Amino acid sequence: MKKVKTKLSQLAPGESGIIKEFTDLEMSVKLMEMGCLPGEAIQVERIAPLGDPIAVNISGYQLSLRKKEASTIILQ
Amino acid sequence: MKTNLKVALVGNPNTGKSTLFNSLTGLNQKIGNFPGVTVDKKTGQCKLNAQQEAMVIDLPGAYSLYPKSKDEGIVLDVLVDPSNPVHPDLVVFIADATNLKRNLLLYTQVADLKIPVIIALNMMDLAKRSGFQIKVDDLSAKLGVRIVPISARSGAGIADLKQAIAEAGKIPLQADVLDLKELLPDGRLIEDVQQEFSLNQPYAALQYLHHYQHLSFLKASQIDDLAQKLEQSGFKSQQLQARETIARYHFINETLFDTLISPDNPVQESYSNRIDHILTHKIWGLAIFMAVLFIIFQSIYAWSEYPMSLIESLFIWLVNAVHDYLPAGALTNLLADGILAGLSGVLVFIPQIAILFAFIAVLEDTGYMARVTFMMDRIMRKVGLNGKSVVPIIGGLACAVPSIMSARNIENWKDRIITIMVTPLVSCSARLPIYTLLIALVVPDERLWGLFNLQGLALMGMYLLSMLSAVLVAWVMKYLIKARERGYFIMELPVYRMPRWNNVALTMYEKVKAFVLEAGKVIIAISVILWVLASYGPPAKFKAIDQQFASPAYTAKYSAEQIDHLKASAKLENSFAGILGKSIEPVIKPLGFDWKIGIALITSFAAREVFVGTMATLYSVEGDASRMDSVKEKMASARNPETGQLVFTLPVAFSLMIFYAYAMQCMSTLAVVYRETKSWKWPITQFVYMTAMAYLASLLVYQFLK
Repeated sequence: MKKVKTKLSQLAPGESGIIKEFTDLEMSVKLMEMGCLPGEAIQVERIAPLGDPIAVNISGYQLSLRKKEASTIILQ
Repeated sequence: MKTNLKVALVGNPNTGKSTLFNSLTGLNQKIGNFPGVTVDKKTGQCKLNAQQEAMVIDLPGAYSLYPKSKDEGIVLDVLVDPSNPVHPDLVVFIADATNLKRNLLLYTQVADLKIPVIIALNMMDLAKRSGFQIKVDDLSAKLGVRIVPISARSGAGIADLKQAIAEAGKIPLQADVLDLKELLPDGRLIEDVQQEFSLNQPYAALQYLHHYQHLSFLKASQIDDLAQKLEQSGFKSQQLQARETIARYHFINETLFDTLISPDNPVQESYSNRIDHILTHKIWGLAIFMAVLFIIFQSIYAWSEYPMSLIESLFIWLVNAVHDYLPAGALTNLLADGILAGLSGVLVFIPQIAILFAFIAVLEDTGYMARVTFMMDRIMRKVGLNGKSVVPIIGGLACAVPSIMSARNIENWKDRIITIMVTPLVSCSARLPIYTLLIALVVPDERLWGLFNLQGLALMGMYLLSMLSAVLVAWVMKYLIKARERGYFIMELPVYRMPRWNNVALTMYEKVKAFVLEAGKVIIAISVILWVLASYGPPAKFKAIDQQFASPAYTAKYSAEQIDHLKASAKLENSFAGILGKSIEPVIKPLGFDWKIGIALITSFAAREVFVGTMATLYSVEGDASRMDSVKEKMASARNPETGQLVFTLPVAFSLMIFYAYAMQCMSTLAVVYRETKSWKWPITQFVYMTAMAYLASLLVYQFLK
């Protein structure tokens, strides 16, 4: 069976998921302000040339965040 | 009748706020700083109609009232403090129609502060083309505010917006969004704060409770008082923030449910995406970025050369004219050699500043700068810097002054400070004449393995050393400087757009103006002080020199011009600067420097390139004064009068180069660091650490090579 990916930071470019919850309260407030809300679809668009940060698409615009920050986003 | 209505522009970053500000105010704007921070404060007058005018304030872009950076903090500061001089009577909230949901979050927060508000719905043309349908009238009815669709770039709707501003009432009409009672059942705390600060709005009081430590207008006693209140009530700031944000999005979703129809797949995204495939590509992305940096660096070098030499020759002409046409005396000398020289030292930077900022404005405007940050973040973060630090550091190869000004683009305070602190270590163009002169003196013009020119290798070594030092110092500072804010990287990557050329021109103009007016004052002051030090000395000594050169022993032997030269170097030797140079000789002797080099070190503080001129004056005493050699020849033949040995040996020359590589010998840089950090703490720290590094490194080099 394929391993289930639960964190945003585990997705490869092109893969997407639905945000379920956050593991870091302070970060979650900032992420929600930028539009990353539970229930929203989020897609990893690309990874920076040096492997970090990543660029994601959420409701039609692009955000970039570090992998460490992306690991606080839990997907459904 | 003229009313002086204060209108603040509030909105997310990348929504066209600055473009709207420019089209509302035209060139009628003033740029200053918000007190205590380096955030540009832009205000301007806007003619609404034949009778009315308004003062427009452009507040920094923000995603919410809960600030992530100092820029965002300003928005909160201005909006919740009724006594702030730019506290607005009316907020024009600019929202990006293609991104309405997230934009409305900040809107609902601002609306709850109950300042009258109008929404300017920007990029309507783009939204329509991308397939968004917004029922503006229904949305307006639901929110209870006037909504004016505009396109800030094309100018559509601006007249309507001006009319709406002119007609706006003094009473806030917007619908309530947040039910504070639900969020914070115990209302006494809020009432308490409202009463204490005489705030009409409970939401403003809530913001005081969240941000009391960061609101610049609160007194220490008030902060303590609020802290005490919070402790007693068990106020959980972050949890409340999270719940508030969710509640607001809930409201927004309900509001947009039947007023906004989004396309399934926005068209705009895809073209931007295609560009990103190339510009952030693993190999091409980095290669293109290197090419962009190379072009910027080359242009600062090449394009500024002609205007800079024009400014310099203009000032040489002016200085000569002053000497020729004004009566000789101390005042004339002060004007010509102190003030005019200082002024030329300020104005000569204008071409470089203008060119660098033209490039930066284009990179920012097109959206490429966000990609630079994206690509470089990982490597720069390792050494305590930020993806955006790349531009100031590479720019430092040309000149630290505009580069340090450009560090303002870095939002994170700690990253910005570290970038500012290490940028002057990067080998700037003013060090080049010193390096080439000293290398030519001691490094043979030969080839290594018939391939590499030794002099070229030495020069390249100096540049590599400077880069390496900047990275190392940044890495050390990462651990020394305490951050007051947590570093986030969450950042929007805006879609690519064409640059707005008038915005580019405006940025160039603003930066040049800010430099001339603010850093210029300090530079001229220091220049006058240095002039006094170099041209005055103990009066008795100076009188003796005058008499000595007026004696027949000299007038018979030398021409008037030669006597002037000899007199100038004798006076410099006996001036206060000369006395200083001699008194620091014991300190610099272990580095291999004599007092003459000491004088050059002191006068070089005005600007590094002064070194060459000082050397020329000082060594005109040596040898046969009838032969006016080039500086290089004079220095090559200079001998120590006591030991009879050559002054500029290989160890001395290298020690001196290392000293110039590290020492903070540039008053313009210090002045600009002061301007950008708003405190003398940072320029002084920089001066001390760089001088200490210079001394130790030179000591090592000299003692090792000797």
